[in-house]
Amino acid sequence: MSSRERILGRVRRALADVPGDDTPYEQAVPRGYLREHGERSTEETVELLAENLADYRALVHRTDAGGLAGTVAALLHRRGATSVVVPPGLDESWLAETDVRRVVDRAEQTPGELDRVDSVVTACAVAVAETGTIVLDGSPDQGRRRITLIPDHHICVVRVPGQVVSSVPQALERLDPVRPLTWISGPSATSDIELDRVEGVHGPRTLEVVLVTGLPSGTDGS
Amino acid sequence: MSGTFIGMPAFPQAARASVHDATLRGNLRHATHTIRGKREQAVAEVADWAELREAGKRIKDHVLRHLDRYLVQLEESVTAAGGVVHWAADAEEANRIVARLVKETGEREVVKVKSMATQEIGLNEALQAEGIRAYETDLAELIVQLGRDRPSHILVPAIHRNRGEIRDIFTREMGEWGRPAPEGLTDSPAELAEAARLHLREKFLRAKVGISGANFMVAETGTLVVVESEGNGRMCLTLPETLISVVGIEKTVPSWRDLEVFLQTLPRSSTAERMNPYTSMWTGTRDEDGPRAFHLVLLDNGRTDTLADEVGRQALRCIRCSACLNVCPVYERAGGHAYGSVYPGPIGAILSPQLRGTRSEIDASLPYASSLCGACYEVCPVAIDIPEVLVHLRERVVEGGPVIREGNKVVLRPAKGHAAERAAMRAARWALTRPGALRTAQRLASRTRRLRPRTLPGPGRAWSGTRDLPPVPPEPFRDWWQRTRGGKDEAK
Repeated sequence: MSSRERILGRVRRALADVPGDDTPYEQAVPRGYLREHGERSTEETVELLAENLADYRALVHRTDAGGLAGTVAALLHRRGATSVVVPPGLDESWLAETDVRRVVDRAEQTPGELDRVDSVVTACAVAVAETGTIVLDGSPDQGRRRITLIPDHHICVVRVPGQVVSSVPQALERLDPVRPLTWISGPSATSDIELDRVEGVHGPRTLEVVLVTGLPSGTDGS
Repeated sequence: MSGTFIGMPAFPQAARASVHDATLRGNLRHATHTIRGKREQAVAEVADWAELREAGKRIKDHVLRHLDRYLVQLEESVTAAGGVVHWAADAEEANRIVARLVKETGEREVVKVKSMATQEIGLNEALQAEGIRAYETDLAELIVQLGRDRPSHILVPAIHRNRGEIRDIFTREMGEWGRPAPEGLTDSPAELAEAARLHLREKFLRAKVGISGANFMVAETGTLVVVESEGNGRMCLTLPETLISVVGIEKTVPSWRDLEVFLQTLPRSSTAERMNPYTSMWTGTRDEDGPRAFHLVLLDNGRTDTLADEVGRQALRCIRCSACLNVCPVYERAGGHAYGSVYPGPIGAILSPQLRGTRSEIDASLPYASSLCGACYEVCPVAIDIPEVLVHLRERVVEGGPVIREGNKVVLRPAKGHAAERAAMRAARWALTRPGALRTAQRLASRTRRLRPRTLPGPGRAWSGTRDLPPVPPEPFRDWWQRTRGGKDEAK
């Protein structure tokens, strides 16, 4: 007998005492919890996102469509970055005002090569206000997962208000589980020393989030 | 290599040393009290905590009730997404599968994400026996591995170490495993984290095989979820060419939507954060992003035996948040090592004796490692009634009876050493069902109360060694009640 059959057989015997239960899954779980916590206007939701991002030590910047390229250029300059990796589908105009050397994200790159790049600029799939979270889904404007992991400085552009949702349940509704997803809430951190939070371990130690108005958000096509 | 738990003495003996270790108690008190207050705040932020907790409980109960169906569905989804599913009935089989998969890649080293399941099966030791080196990459696991130590907490396995001890371990041991600690390393947590970053960087960048567990597996979509903080998880899950995930079968949830409950309750319960820094979700393999080969090893190792126990099966709802450890007065004083298992604290006291059975001394003693205060139940985000299961397991240890081990029914004999307790209980049952005899005995006790001993004789001596015997009242309660009509005629 294979272990598969053995385990499934044990499960069935273990449950032999339980009375039959034909409640369909949809009715088996009471979903009385909230879809979002509190009522907020669109502006307030964006405000909450900014607050919660900052609370977990992300650096938050705000601009509009016209100021985006200037903001990105200034952030790279302030960082002293000499190279920046960009996902293949990132809007060219976002980097129009910087002359920092661009490294295009390619499959053949080794992790070691990426380790020598200073910064990365990406878009995102959705941002969650209540938790201060940005989610990347590997779309062409976000690139492979590793490019937002190895460089020590991540600039993530969130199109507000279109890409911002209030809560975790609303974020999951917008996401496609088939895509590789990375939920990011602040820079890398650890609680492993005396259960106290310290920022900065293996992921990017600096996370800058640019909230930009006046850009159509890719995900809902608006 | 980390130490093992084999041949552990019973909990009281193991705890005796730790309760007298002032450094350990200081470290534990500091850490658990820090997190306790923060958790309360994080939970108070969400008005619907009770509803989320109930939903989490019901999702897990539903999965467990139909586990066979959901496991088959999970297997189909993972396979359709390009993964390969393996089934392991016990630790030995899981270790064999993983060692074979690593060898097939031709590699001799692997990087690991923190995983309770691989700790439970002793994977690192098994791989070492096959000539494969496993590098732990979670900061706390690294501290444990470098210190040749054992984990003592589910979330923070090195919770028993303070910053000074961590600095010493890093300075002494890092060079043995790779890049040495920086010169003049201090005990500031930020510097210690930086030392770990530098030490592990080269290992991440060259790793060809990654090994992980998972917090959740979605049957509907075949998606696996790993919740972490440091980014070591992301490194292990995305940089290697081959990813092997070893996951307990009870980690299954039916649908994508179910994550909306646990992604709210887990971070707040475990690190007291609104959201942990990084959560990775992947479904099989993806062209040109992440590992090219993905293996999922589904682990039983005592879980189906636990499922067969109608009271004890609720332990399988556990999402390994460790909130119960942080509030437990016994854990805070005894420390994690005394529990003799990778699962310490209240959840360990009900999980280990079910996964491993109650035959060893340590496992038979674990259901007693509690004051039954109920704080663990209160904070549990999936509402596991730990005190209920503890009492149930005590009964099993004392009375014996039929249980399932490795899928087969066996009858446990009543444990030795509980003869006096059983005799006392039998005597109590006899007396309490005979009111006349009870009244006579109580009156006799009251009249002779001056003769009451300070300690009990014989087998009762150990019990009264740390407790005062309750005083005997001058008059039995029932006599007092009848005489004064419940206190109304107290003057009489």
